[in-house]
Amino acid sequence: MGSPMSLVVESIAKRFDRFPALKGVSFSAPTGCFLALLGPSGSGKTTLLRILGGLEFAESGRVKFEDVEWLSLPARERRAGFVFQQYALFRHMTVAKNIAFGLEVRGRRTRPPRAEIARRVEELLALVQLDGLGKRYPSQLSGGQRQRVALARALAIEPRMLLLDEPFGALDAKVRKELRLWLRHIHDKTGITTVFVTHDQEEAMELADLVAILNQGSIEQIGTPAEIRRAPASEFVADFIDIKAEGQPNPVIAKFEPRALRA
Amino acid sequence: MSNIAQVLRPRPATQDHPVARTLLVAIAALFVVLFLLLPLITVFAEALKNGVTTAIAAITEPDAVSAIRLTLIAAGIAVPLNLIFGLSASWAISKFDFRGKTFLVTLIDLPFSVSPVVSGLVYVVIFGMQGWLGPYLRDHDIKIIFALPGIVLATMFVTFPFVARELIPLMTDQGRDEEEAATSLGASGWKTFRRVTLPNIKWGLLYAALLCNARAMGEFGAVSVVSGHIRGQTNTMPLHVEVLYNDYQFVAAFAVASLLAMLALVTLAVKTFLEWHYADEIAAIHKH
Repeated sequence: MGSPMSLVVESIAKRFDRFPALKGVSFSAPTGCFLALLGPSGSGKTTLLRILGGLEFAESGRVKFEDVEWLSLPARERRAGFVFQQYALFRHMTVAKNIAFGLEVRGRRTRPPRAEIARRVEELLALVQLDGLGKRYPSQLSGGQRQRVALARALAIEPRMLLLDEPFGALDAKVRKELRLWLRHIHDKTGITTVFVTHDQEEAMELADLVAILNQGSIEQIGTPAEIRRAPASEFVADFIDIKAEGQPNPVIAKFEPRALRA
Repeated sequence: MSNIAQVLRPRPATQDHPVARTLLVAIAALFVVLFLLLPLITVFAEALKNGVTTAIAAITEPDAVSAIRLTLIAAGIAVPLNLIFGLSASWAISKFDFRGKTFLVTLIDLPFSVSPVVSGLVYVVIFGMQGWLGPYLRDHDIKIIFALPGIVLATMFVTFPFVARELIPLMTDQGRDEEEAATSLGASGWKTFRRVTLPNIKWGLLYAALLCNARAMGEFGAVSVVSGHIRGQTNTMPLHVEVLYNDYQFVAAFAVASLLAMLALVTLAVKTFLEWHYADEIAAIHKH
């Protein structure tokens, strides 16, 4: 790595009603890094991601990204590609239209010509291995295919940051594993700074350059998977990544997340 | 052998006894015939009792034409306005969190629980000659009660919940994900609404418009209070039916009533057509 710390998060706090979701979270990550936010449900990881994406607002704290005051930019000006657990594809649009959306809604001056948009869509379809499916509707695709469309749609705006909220949470184990490797591959190819939320420690440890482990609105530890495995900072971390079982996922810790059932 | 097979053949758990099924269907059918079909037939039969020409004469005489026109104008103003209000309210309620949201939902439903006559009276109290704003309106020569504005207001009040009622559950069910995705992709609020939200609710909106329109044209109670029943001027179709009936002009009354009944049938037909013709699209939108 060794590249400058381009994402600097400083004491971000957020409450829902009176329940604190984030209690002053700080960390930094280098440019082009693949960062996983790992934690049980209710740990605040999704809230943190949504704050980075501009879909939620922090009560205090600041975020600097590539020398920009990130939180003072409105969501639609951040160019942060967001991928949702439930895909959030536009259901009345074809796959191609979904992918083109971010380009087509641009102002007249910055919008690429139609032919250029079509070319980009074809390129992205190829990148996510869905060539020829541009005319389908989201309801005609499998879960894994939908999530790949969602990723292509996020990549179409040439995002400065890629934010993924449990993107594989609604998929079955096999597809999950395939997509995981594929996502890492895409990240390495594009070099976009990526923040990935998951409650699956195996997924985080296998995929990420940096893993931040959250618990009850605070970061317990942040480090490379190797560092965390070697020296877990707390009982909670050790327990959560389940060192005793040596990388075997602990069925108790693969927490029950009701959101995953909505698929 | 065949006896045993018969005993062992299981009945699906969800299937009721054939007798119970037949009985239920019969009761439902009887109800439909007795309370829906029979009155409808009666209306048309009474209207055509003295022949088609009499019926046509009854709906083409000046007072009837004026009533039809007034009904169309009132609905033509009230329905689009209620579409806009209902859409805004549903949008706010389903996509944003704010204080007093449940109260707002209750308030929107109010016209359903208040007797239309009461809602009409409220407008008389506010805008009538002896009402709160009466002197001011008289000085400025503005007529609301016993005139078109009052009729439109009363119609709007009564039909206010239709659009919101249809859209709030639909939009809540669809969630905010797609709007959030659109925002993160750089779409402005207006573009998000036009390209994402509106296409997702267009069928719901169309249904709501149909129902709202049917009720707007058929409203009696509230409009009756504010209209003043001036023949050829402030009588809508339902009021005209009442006036004719009270004058013992039964054939004419039923002729105009059959027009209203036809409106209901057209509404039903359009709704069925839409459901049948766009079934796939509607299902795709409702399905997540």
